Formats: sequence, C-alpha cells, structure tokens
Amino acid sequence: MTHRSAKDPAPVLALRGISKSFGAVRALRDVSLDLFPGEVHALAGENGAGKSTLIKTLAGVHRPDSGRVLLDGEPVAFHGPADARDAGIAVIYQEPTLFPDLSIAENIFMGRQPRRALGRIDHRATRTATAALMHRLGVELDPDRPARGLSIADQQIVEIAKALSFEARVLIMDEPTAALTGSEVARLFRVVRALREQGAAVLFISHRLEEIFRICERVTTLRDGALIAGEPLAGMTEEDLVRRMVGRELDELYPKQHVEAGEVALSVRRLTREGVFTDVSFEVRCGEIVGMAGLVGAGRTEVARAVFGVDRWDAGEVEVAGRALVNGAPSTAMAAGLALVPEDRRAQGLVMGMSIERNIGLTGLRATRRAGLMDRGAERSRSLDWAVRLQVKYARIADAVSTLSGGNQQKVVLAKWLATGPSVLIVDEPTRGIDVGTKAEVHRLLSALAADGVAVLMISSDLPEILGMADRVLVMHEGRLTAEIPRSDATEETVMAAATGRAAA
Amino acid sequence: MADSALARAVRWDTVVGALLIVVLLLSFGFVDGFGNALNLSFLIGNTLPIALIALPMTLLVVSGEIDLSVASTAGLSGAVMGALWNQGLPIEAVIPICLLLGVVCGLVNGLLVTRLGLPSLAVTIGTLAAYRGIAQIVLGSDAVTDFPSPYLDFAAGRIGDTFVPYALLPFLALLAVAVLALHATPFGRSLFATGANDEAARFAGVRVKRQKLILFTVTGLMASLTGVFWALHYASARFDNATGLELSVVAAVLLGGIDFDGGKGTLGGAIAGVFLLGALQNVMSLGDVSAQSQIVVTGVLLVLSVLGPRVARQISAARAGRRTASAPTP
Repeated sequence: MTHRSAKDPAPVLALRGISKSFGAVRALRDVSLDLFPGEVHALAGENGAGKSTLIKTLAGVHRPDSGRVLLDGEPVAFHGPADARDAGIAVIYQEPTLFPDLSIAENIFMGRQPRRALGRIDHRATRTATAALMHRLGVELDPDRPARGLSIADQQIVEIAKALSFEARVLIMDEPTAALTGSEVARLFRVVRALREQGAAVLFISHRLEEIFRICERVTTLRDGALIAGEPLAGMTEEDLVRRMVGRELDELYPKQHVEAGEVALSVRRLTREGVFTDVSFEVRCGEIVGMAGLVGAGRTEVARAVFGVDRWDAGEVEVAGRALVNGAPSTAMAAGLALVPEDRRAQGLVMGMSIERNIGLTGLRATRRAGLMDRGAERSRSLDWAVRLQVKYARIADAVSTLSGGNQQKVVLAKWLATGPSVLIVDEPTRGIDVGTKAEVHRLLSALAADGVAVLMISSDLPEILGMADRVLVMHEGRLTAEIPRSDATEETVMAAATGRAAA
Repeated sequence: MADSALARAVRWDTVVGALLIVVLLLSFGFVDGFGNALNLSFLIGNTLPIALIALPMTLLVVSGEIDLSVASTAGLSGAVMGALWNQGLPIEAVIPICLLLGVVCGLVNGLLVTRLGLPSLAVTIGTLAAYRGIAQIVLGSDAVTDFPSPYLDFAAGRIGDTFVPYALLPFLALLAVAVLALHATPFGRSLFATGANDEAARFAGVRVKRQKLILFTVTGLMASLTGVFWALHYASARFDNATGLELSVVAAVLLGGIDFDGGKGTLGGAIAGVFLLGALQNVMSLGDVSAQSQIVVTGVLLVLSVLGPRVARQISAARAGRRTASAPTP
C-alpha cells in the first residue's frame, strides 16, 4: 500500500515456505509472510488455524521444520526468544506478566538497569529513559508507579515501552484488545499508529474483524495451517475476510429466534454486595435472552457470581422459579436449576489437566453415582453425549482439556453446564477469544436453549453480540443497574450512554 | 491401545510399584535374615504407623493441603492414653477418649485452614509444636508400659508363625475404604478437582471448605489411632512417641507419586511408597545402619520423590507430545 511504496520497499522480516509439524499434526504448511516497516499487518484465522505456531516461530520459541526466516533479507535462525529479541522482534501478549511490586521503570529495565559507580542502580536515568519511551508512545504513565494495580491496558503499554527499549523493529501483538474497553482500545490504536509512523512493522492478531479493518493495511489469513492470502484490506469486506478464514459462507452470526417469554425463572431483588454492587434488581423469564452490558469493572461479573453463590451477598434475595436461594452456596443454586458459565474458562470453568470426560462429569457427580460410588459408565455416556451434541472437536474424550483449542474448551464449559439441564443459564463473556465460526455456533445454541424455555442471562462486552442476541438489555454502571432497554430501542448509542453513566433511564 | 500403555508404563506410581518389587526381591536374595516370617512381620508392623497416616494424608495432599502435625497428634494421643490409664480408667474408655482427642486436633487444623484461610503448611507446623508441647505437659517424662496384655498382644503379635501381624487386617480394611473414597466416589473425584484448581471446583458446586474440614478431621482421627497403636505396639506411652513420623509419611506419600501441588496421584502409588520406605528402613536396620543415617536416607528419598514424578511426567508428556502434537492453540 501507500505506506510501503513511500518508504522502504524491502520487508524487515520475511518468512519463506515455513512448515512446522507436531507429530502427525501439520501446524504450518508452506507459509510465507512479509512484514514491511511502517505497516500494520493483520494475521487472521480461526482458533487452531496455526496463528500461535506462526507467532512462536517468529518469536524464536519454535524452530521451523523447513523454510527460512529472513531478517533484512538475510537468513537467520533463532535459537530462542532472546535471539529474536536481540534481532528486534518483540511479542506483546494478551495478558502481560509484569513484576507487580516493581515500578513501571524497573519493570522496563529489569536486569539491565543503567548503573552508577560501584554498580549501584541509577534510578534517575532509569526514570528519565522510561519517561522518554512513554513520550514516544504518546502515553502519560508515571514511571514510578508500581505495576500492581495497573489495568491490563496499561500493562500492555509498559510491555510495548519495554519492546521499544530493546530497539524492537517488529512488534507482534497477540490479541491485545481482548480484555480492553472501548477507550482503551482507542488509546492502544493511537500507540500503534505512532509506532507505525516511527517505521516499526506491526503484526496484529485479533478476533474482532472491525478492529482489523480499522488499524491494518494488509491481511494474511491462515486456514488449517496453510496460507490463504497476503493481500491489501482496502476494498475487502468483513464477509470477504470471514470467507477466507472459514472457507465457506458463514451462517448468520446472530441467529436470534423470537420466543414468547414465559414465567419468571430468575428473580433478583435489591441485591447488594458492599463496595462492589448496590441495589440490583431484575428478572429473567423462561425463553428470554437478557443481555447485560456495561464497561469492564461495572460489577456485572460480580452480580453473576453472587447470584450463583460463589460470593456472598450482603443484602437482597435471589429466587429461581419462585424458590429462594441460599446465600453463598453454589451447590444449592445448581440444585435449583441455575448454571453459570464463568468469565475465565481457564481459571474458573475448567480443570485444565483433567480429561474432557471428567470436566463435564464434574457437574454430574450427584447425578451419576450409584450406591454412593461413581458410575463411570454413566459418567462417560453423559459426557460423550454432551461433547457430541456441542460438536466439540477432540481426539479422545479421555484427553486433557488443555489439549483443545480455545473455542473447543469453551464448548466443554458449555457442555459441562448444559448437562445439568438448567432452567436458568448465566453466561459470562461466552464468546471471548473464540473464533467467528464457533461464535456463531454458541449463539445458535443460546438461541435454541431459549426456544426450549431456558432463561438466559448473557453478560458480554461485545456490543454487537448484545444487540444481536438479547430480547432486553440491562446496563450496569459503577455497581448499579442504570438502564433496562427493550430490544427495539437498543442501539450502540443508548447502551453506551447508560454504560458510561451519561444517561439515566 | 499400545501407545497409551506405553505412556502408562512411565507413570510414576507404576515405577514405584516396580521399584518396591525389585527391592523386595533383592532383599530376599541378598540380605541375611530378611526373608524369614518373623522379620517380615516386624517390617510390616513397624511400617503400619506410616501406612495408617498415609491413607488420609494422601487424600489431603491430593486436595492441595498437608498436615505436618500428625506425629504430634499421635504423640499426644499416646500421652493422654498413658495418663488416663495411670488414673485408673478402663482401657475401653481410654481409647475412645484418645480418638475423640484426635478428632479435635484435626478439627482445629481444619478450622484454622478453612475458616481463617491460612496455609495448611504454616498452620500445621504451628500445631506440630503445640500438640507435642501439650503431650509433654500431660505426661511429663513418664513412660507408661503396663497396658492390658490382650491389647499389647494384638498390637505386637502375628497370626501363628506367618508374616502377617494381626494389626495388618484392620489396616487392609481401612485401605479398602480409603481406595474407594479417593478413586470410586464423587467425593474423591471432587478432591482431584479441588487440588488441581480449587476455584474451578468451587464454580462446579464442590463444597471445597467442607470437604477440607472433613479431611483434616479424619486425618486427626487416624493420627490418634496411630498414636494408640504405637503405644501398644511398642508397649510404651511417652510424650515423644512417633517424633518425626510426619517426615516419613510425607516422604512416602510423595515418593508414591502424589503431587505436592495437589490434583494428581493414586493411593496404590502412595502405599507402594510407604512399603518401599519401610522395606529400606528394615534392610538398613538389618545391616546395622544407625537410626541417624536412616533419617538421612529418608530425607534424600523425600527430595528424590519430589523430583522423580516430575521427571517421569516430563518424559510421558514428551511422548504424548510426539503422539498427539501439543494441539496448536489460537
């Protein structure tokens, strides 16, 4: 594109015919990629398409079985992440890992602080250098602030500053926006544009297509480890890109069916947890999908946790089908027909080292026992049944869930909860970090559940998902429910106004 | 499937079981005085205290916790047993009181861990010192030896001229209960989940705190049962009975492949670890190795037992990796 031809036409980093296999699985097949200075290049593909392997090859974690990596036109072989870093390649991960008790400046210069006489650390020089990096990025962050308490967005900025301090010329950003709010994404994009102006090559990975179109000039799409295209984004539509990723026309992303709402299934009255959320009241009826929107930190997840009983509430009451729930007791909530698909599937939804079979079985320990003992046959058939119904892709049901891709892990979490036959299903960020094909499947599933009379409460930070799926939208702002918007009136504007506290409904 | 059998072959509990058999065979062949029935009954009798406590300890470590106060609880039970017997209480009343005391000791540990959210390692190091201190206050430096002979005979005797101590029989019954509890009940299944990821367990409706409280309480009960057995087996109730036994129990359980971080292991492995340790101690005693040197060996085994399973797991992970290809994630 224009950026490229105006500046240096030679790619700073290039992959030529890279293949990489793990055992019988070919993760990458003959992949070539050119990253040019001053260009933001998107890497698109479904979960399991080989994006991670490609990134790890660029970052020196994996060594390709065949093919060449060219840096400034010269072949190089990275023997580890340090080699790649020294060559000016930096990876910014979705959730950075900083030392929480060290300051921002100390984190950036960890292990290579400027020194004064006698080997003492020159704190002033460290601070000045950090401030200069922040200035280059156009971000205001106090170098002396401890990393503890920084938002994920700020932590990413620190990682980017660290990469700059290594003179990084290639930045690989692996789903950097997955956990960011709208304004944080806007700031990140300003930083990315600043990097681009300074001549860096950026490889940008995101499941959010609109972001790819907003920030990137070209896109390379991976499908099943093979390269589909490395082409300009200008003139391409989202549908074009999805077709390249999925290899077929995608079914409707928001297959919402109209269902007449029935009896009240979940009733939350004046629920309060001190300092977290206050006076939250709402109902969800059988057959309804109720969306819950709000900014990250507005208290949505916390309300769901309290309703399910993982946290205690301080005041208020929760009823499922007219029966009051016990405070702080998930097992009684489950018995009453409530299910919660939690926000963080790795930490809360799954036991990663356990098999698919046993993870799904965990919610059925009471249901599948015989004379007090486990009935393994019953457990297996229950788990298999649900894994098949949700079309989880796995080799063996006894394999650990950690071997599955993110989208399939999420399906296991859903299977685990649907197997309990819930009358009320709360899903918290049900499609975060999963690819567009699986996303459509999850939406179809939620829609079908509602049609079967299940009451669904869907917490999501993905506004199009809320608008596309919900019969009603509840909006939270700073621990309070600020609006309840029927489907017909719900637009990005009305929901965001309530979420940011600009309008009281 | 052939390749999964291969992967199972490097499972650590299988390794320990094989190692136990090798050690036994070598000892039968090369160690004088090892193979006769009397020595074998000694071996088993002396290993039973470790084995008894290893049963609940295995469950506890699987759930991600540990109890280092078990030897002190055993000592306290022995001391109270001696003191009450000296007071003239009938043995039929003394033993239940001691067991009840063990329940209380375990409950205290459990409440401190679950209600106050303290780490069990720290809590039980504290109660390790406290329970032993109370034992000394209760009995001083006395040694009580004159328990009724039917009880002493049961705890120290063997069936006829066989290698089977009487006490092995109730132990086998308890072992069966523990194996069922860990490997065949919903309770046991949820322990593995808790040990691997207690937050995910809680989100799946597992009552994690109640579960841990039960485990600590049962551990206290089993520790006091061991204390009673110890006093009768060696015909001596002293405040310092079973001192250092927690080291042997933890070493044996970890040696048996129970992951110190929780969530992994089998009772079969743990019991193989217990008797491997017991056999080594027996062989060393026969070879006139001093008690101090035996502790060194136990310590080295403890370190190896933390190391061994990790190495085994890495080997089998490498094999699995070659087989299924560490599935590429997004």
